[in-house]
Amino acid sequence: MAQKELLKVTNLKQYFPIKGGFLGRTVNHVKAVDDVTFEIFEGETLSVVGESGCGKSTTGRAILRLDEPTAGEIEFDGGDLLALSKSDMRKKRKDLQVIFQDPYASLNPRQTVAQILTEAMAIQNVIPKKERRKRAIELLETVGLNAGQIDRYPHEFSGGQRQRVGIARALSVNPKLIICDEAVSALDVSVQAQVLNLLKNLQREFKLTFLFIAHDLGVVRHISDRIIVMYLGKIVEIADKKSLFDNPQHPYTKSLLSAIPTPDPEAKKERIILKGDVPSPIDPPTGCRFHTRCPFATDLCKTEVPDLRNLDHMKEGHRAACHHIEKIVTGDMQPT
Amino acid sequence: MFQFIVRRLLQLIPVLIGVTILVFSLMHLSPGNPAHIIAGESAPPDTVEQIEERLGLNDPIPVQYFNFVKDAAMLDFGNSWRTSLPVSEELWPKFWVTFELAVYSTLFSIFLGLIAGIISAVRKYSFADVSIMLIALFGLSMPNFWFGLMLMQWFSIKLGWLPPTGWGTPEQIVMPVITLGTMGAAVIARMTRSSMLDVISQDYIRTARAKGLGERIVIYRHALKNALIPVVTVVGLQFGSLLAGAVLTESVFAINGMGKLIIDRILARDFPVVQAAVLVIAIVFVFVNLIVDISYKFLNKRIDLE
Amino acid sequence: MSEDIILDIKDLQTSFYLDDFEVKAVDGVSFKLPKGKTIGIVGESGSGKSITALSILRLLDHPGKVKGGEINFKGRDLTTLTDKEIRQIRGNEISMIFQEPMTSLNPVYTIGQQIRETLKVHQGLDKENGTKKAIELLKLVGIPSPDKRVKQYPHELSGGMRQRVMIAMALACNPDLLIADEPTTALDVTIQAQILDLINDLQDRLGMSVIMITHDLGVVAETCDYVAVMYGGKVVEYQDVKSLFRNPKHPYTVGLLKSIPRHDTDVDELEPIRGSVPSPKDMPKGCRFAPRCPFATELCMEELPSLDHVEGESEVRCWIYTDHWDGDAEVKAHGPKRVAQSN
Repeated sequence: MAQKELLKVTNLKQYFPIKGGFLGRTVNHVKAVDDVTFEIFEGETLSVVGESGCGKSTTGRAILRLDEPTAGEIEFDGGDLLALSKSDMRKKRKDLQVIFQDPYASLNPRQTVAQILTEAMAIQNVIPKKERRKRAIELLETVGLNAGQIDRYPHEFSGGQRQRVGIARALSVNPKLIICDEAVSALDVSVQAQVLNLLKNLQREFKLTFLFIAHDLGVVRHISDRIIVMYLGKIVEIADKKSLFDNPQHPYTKSLLSAIPTPDPEAKKERIILKGDVPSPIDPPTGCRFHTRCPFATDLCKTEVPDLRNLDHMKEGHRAACHHIEKIVTGDMQPT
Repeated sequence: MFQFIVRRLLQLIPVLIGVTILVFSLMHLSPGNPAHIIAGESAPPDTVEQIEERLGLNDPIPVQYFNFVKDAAMLDFGNSWRTSLPVSEELWPKFWVTFELAVYSTLFSIFLGLIAGIISAVRKYSFADVSIMLIALFGLSMPNFWFGLMLMQWFSIKLGWLPPTGWGTPEQIVMPVITLGTMGAAVIARMTRSSMLDVISQDYIRTARAKGLGERIVIYRHALKNALIPVVTVVGLQFGSLLAGAVLTESVFAINGMGKLIIDRILARDFPVVQAAVLVIAIVFVFVNLIVDISYKFLNKRIDLE
Repeated sequence: MSEDIILDIKDLQTSFYLDDFEVKAVDGVSFKLPKGKTIGIVGESGSGKSITALSILRLLDHPGKVKGGEINFKGRDLTTLTDKEIRQIRGNEISMIFQEPMTSLNPVYTIGQQIRETLKVHQGLDKENGTKKAIELLKLVGIPSPDKRVKQYPHELSGGMRQRVMIAMALACNPDLLIADEPTTALDVTIQAQILDLINDLQDRLGMSVIMITHDLGVVAETCDYVAVMYGGKVVEYQDVKSLFRNPKHPYTVGLLKSIPRHDTDVDELEPIRGSVPSPKDMPKGCRFAPRCPFATELCMEELPSLDHVEGESEVRCWIYTDHWDGDAEVKAHGPKRVAQSN
């Protein structure tokens, strides 16, 4: 199946300078995203997971150019995103929408839902002025709110409803790609399930493409087609959903999966408990960044940065960045 | 810590240069020829020229500025144009009077302000809180010369308890200190209250209670130390404005301090004295702020991170 | 229950008194905790689970107040104690850890000073002995080089380390009961696993009882022996943990379990609960869950069911399990879990 690439990120780097010293010079960098390459196909949901500080949100912000990337290329819908001028980029945001974690903080409290939705349409000038309100009502119904709520303010809605408003706003300009940055993380479980179902249905209906940034692997398993696992600014594993959950290759992915509490008291499972904390992204470990916590680490891991590799026992498109995949699979290497 | 102090000291250099330039320009921007002022209205032109020569007024301005800074650094501000005494001799006794007044007033502000602020915060919305905040608002809105006059009216004239003027004996100190310190106390009380309220709702206060600590320890050990951090800054700024307020207070109570000296000598166009006085006040202000920054840093270890 | 019951809460009521009305944040919470066991209190935001925990140690912020019910702890009703008596229990017999390790430690005191303080209040330890004990405690909770950490300030530690310090502080006086209020919610998954592991391990070694407040049913399944499910300020279901997951009784619990996106199996379509959590200012009149319940009848809308035994130790607050049930007979016969599945 030849899928069309909608977004292609190549060697993306995002370093944030740290000022210090007598004269406030740049003394170091936070390497939030360090050489990340991936692509998103049209109509799929690609998730990026990882713990805090892994660079998943920074990646999303870099694609939207909310922060200008330090280096790398971002190709979107056949064009170079980074070459666009500020005003062209603003126009491009019509195709590139975002839904944030905190719907309350991202909606203007002094605007009614109607104003919020029509404003987005006005900025992108996608629909004639007279039809905007009608379109806003349609959108509300699409996301499961009713037309009668259109003149209300954000504070009159519950958290889940506000997130629906956020989704309606993103949809209002008919985007090609929606970046969901922890879009359901703040919601209660019962409401989170509603929003997840809504996102899935919308995708089917409007052929949307999602870049889904999250830390909850349950949510990610439910919504994704493919998944990227990040650790300290680098991709450690990328695979289709089934391969990632059934046949994880990278020791970090394995421990991450085993660390999630399972809602079944009778499930037997072996838990890999990692030692220590995630190191600081200011001076990340050399070689494989995971080596300080990895139960399989050798001297090689301390010096050589591993490449993403696909091996015979892995499905096509499944790649992991570990020097010892072969030996771990055959059992020649045991955790220490 | 040491690095921080050195860095702050280095940052003072441009500030001090700015201050000296301003003070120096005072004389040159004021109308009238200084030599005329010294020599008197009807002095013959060659006397004026002589004086100009002696004061170096014919040198280029940068040279004059350089000489001014060089002498000031040695605490030599020249001689008064009015009394012909060395300026520093005239200044120091007055400076100490004003400094005493400012220090006592600051201590008074801190003492009263902290106590009032803490009571207000701990008993939020109680009668005590509402009354304290009303009084503080009053203290804040009242011009201090008027307040000083009212105190004098009551305690000196009607009741006869305290002497209306002068400085030195404990009885003489009371009213000027209250006059000058009340506004500061009001500012500190309001700041302490809001800062305490902010801190009391923090998670670590709940942790302290969950440990089984008594309410007094929770408030004084856990809340107050954190709440004081922003208050310290206010105290520092307050001390600066006290020096300014001292000018008025000294006039009201006829205290022979710097404030009075500055007013007298401005009227007399005795620029060397005015210059020196303003420069001293500015330098004290700058150093008080330095001390505030250092103590702020000492109280708040978290700034280390930045 | 033949086991030793360490904590027995009966019909706890906690309200916040605002200017002109009362918010009943906790309104009928009852559960028992056997000695050495862990009970999970689960619920979504606004269910009253954290307020329940704070009520036990009377740590409520103004204007919250426990207004009714009993909290029996080792034979004493905590609601009747004076402020001084409850202070002697806090941090000593009952300790508590909180959700936000980043802000739960005082930034201006060292780790050592903060642990010593507890030891001084309850055991009168001086500085030297207190520091020794503090270092031992830090070692116990798995903090590397404790003799250095004891002199550090909270900002020098990561979130996971700070939560370990909180646990060390809570354990200082060998408490009988540890209340953990969402202790891992703010932490990353791999750190959460470390902390849960630590709590389980310490419980085994020290024999304390634990109340685990959480919104995460995964955490419940992995750490608890008993579970109380809360909704709208009330306990709606109480069961041992295996029965709860195998055979949830209250329609809310059933709905909650069906809403979780699982990381361990594929679920085609989540079955969310319709509507949203009610606000404590505007609670439904009858069963709090009725407006969102797929089986609700007029009776459910009008009248509040009580929390009753159904089988064994299980308790549920639902009309389906009573003789008054006038709704779908199938639900009564097979339970809401099966019926919901077949829909």
